[in-house]
Amino acid sequence: MNNDAVLAGRQADDAPVTTSKIADSDRALLAEAVTINRPAQELYDFWRNPANLLQVMDNLQAIEVIDETRSRWTVKAPAGRDVCWESVITHDVPGTEITWQSAPGADVANSGRIEFREAGARGTVVRATIAYDPPGGTIGQFIAKLFQREPRIQTRRDLRRFKQLMETGEIATAARTAKQHEEEQG
Amino acid sequence: MRALTWHGKHDVRVDTVDDPEIINPRDAIIKITATAICGSDLHLYDGYIPTMQKGDILGHEFMGEVVEVGAKSTLRKGQKVVVPFTIACGSCYHCGKHQYSACDNGNPADNQDIGRELYGQPMSGLFGYSHMTGGYAGGQAEYVRVPFSDVGPIVVPDDIEDEKVLFLSDILPTGWMAAENAQIEQGDTVAVWGCGPVGLFAVQSAFLMGASRVIAIDHFPHRLELAKKFGAETINFEETKTYEALMEMTGGIGPDAVIDAVGLEAHGFFVDNVIDQIKASSFLGTDRTHSIRQAIIACRKGGRVSMPAVYGGFVDKFPLGAFMEKGLTLKTGQTHVQHYMPALLNAIVAGKIDTTFLISHRMALEDAPKGYKMFHDNQDEVTKVVLKPDLTMAAE
Repeated sequence: MNNDAVLAGRQADDAPVTTSKIADSDRALLAEAVTINRPAQELYDFWRNPANLLQVMDNLQAIEVIDETRSRWTVKAPAGRDVCWESVITHDVPGTEITWQSAPGADVANSGRIEFREAGARGTVVRATIAYDPPGGTIGQFIAKLFQREPRIQTRRDLRRFKQLMETGEIATAARTAKQHEEEQG
Repeated sequence: MRALTWHGKHDVRVDTVDDPEIINPRDAIIKITATAICGSDLHLYDGYIPTMQKGDILGHEFMGEVVEVGAKSTLRKGQKVVVPFTIACGSCYHCGKHQYSACDNGNPADNQDIGRELYGQPMSGLFGYSHMTGGYAGGQAEYVRVPFSDVGPIVVPDDIEDEKVLFLSDILPTGWMAAENAQIEQGDTVAVWGCGPVGLFAVQSAFLMGASRVIAIDHFPHRLELAKKFGAETINFEETKTYEALMEMTGGIGPDAVIDAVGLEAHGFFVDNVIDQIKASSFLGTDRTHSIRQAIIACRKGGRVSMPAVYGGFVDKFPLGAFMEKGLTLKTGQTHVQHYMPALLNAIVAGKIDTTFLISHRMALEDAPKGYKMFHDNQDEVTKVVLKPDLTMAAE
């Protein structure tokens, strides 16, 4: 993760660097955390198989597993566009964390880490940290937000779905009919 | 199926819509036998609650018969059930602590954003109460899809009348929790602001919890009469100076515990808040805070304040000084319905609690729009409208 620029101008306190008020305008950095009432290993195992992520990531159109560490991602972007990249796992600690980086040639260069930390009786704290180059800079990010494809909002929602699936065995929906449910997932 | 749908301010209709289906493994489909119009439904009717969409099916007080179950439902076809208005998963940290209305998972992921913005953390899903609380179709219909059916619905005896148990879905547990939050001690004097269904159930509950006196405050004569039937002393605030009366009636001490059940018809959340956000000055805001303000001022030193009344946003002129100086305790919250249902069902079966006195009108589901209008126009006489899909529509 390229956090150096963010860290540089920052007073030392104990808060996560992603909550800094001193933004790096060229590179977006976000983190979202959720506590899930399940063991870390079980959550890690789910996440380690990229194909599973289609269930919880709303904007993920397709994922193609290339080999043990590489996968090809196709994600919905604003205005009906798709963006693609190849993701490479650069660091993997079973049951604890997975770090990835997009390979050269990505539509949106990105890197990130998902951590699974045991939280005693409360289960596991899952924290996703993502850094990316916002397409179209700050304006692009604003437009993405309008279309609800802003990565922070999306990450938060995806983690909620992950929590729902792992804690309850299903993803909550208000759909009344199977047809409505399909359209929602469309 | 037929269902009561929302189309805008003072515009609800009974429409034909698609029948609900099992979507998730823990779902069940319930055929509705009885459903009630809640005071909080009137706020949808009045158009105060944002994130409503045309065609939304209303209703969060309902019961019926299980007609279909998902693979992981623990219900069986043919069982008679009452369904809580809060949609809770039973598996998260909060459900583990029986804080069901704080369930992390009952509200679909995308709908949780608004609750996070408004309150810091989103609350559970609710039936038939706008898209902020999940956008779930409600139970003023012939059928309803009930998620997490292994956690929410309570199975009731086949031979018990619907009307005796219907209010387990919301207002009875809400009134009970209001009294519980007042931490009543033997011999206490408890004052209750508001004699709507929740206030009336709080009166009943307070006596069961050991209060020796309950003083009920309202301005609708008929509602005060009902409170009197349960043994409450009454204050009509249009005719009486409430604070002065309370002080004199309690020998200058003030009530040991106070319950504000006035704002409750809002069920929540939004009214004050939204009004605040659009910076409109509103009579609602003033009215709503009045009862809690008065309750805090009247409450005895070191006493307890229970607030089932729902406040959605920010309040002005909250008597924080009186609250601190007198060392009061405040307990509040949306009802953890699932937690209270079993004990309250037992109390009903044992004849310790009666809820049927509340019902003033019984109508066919087809007549629901008429029911809304009546309830809206005459809150003194119309204390509760129960809708039954199998009743025939009244002749004009």
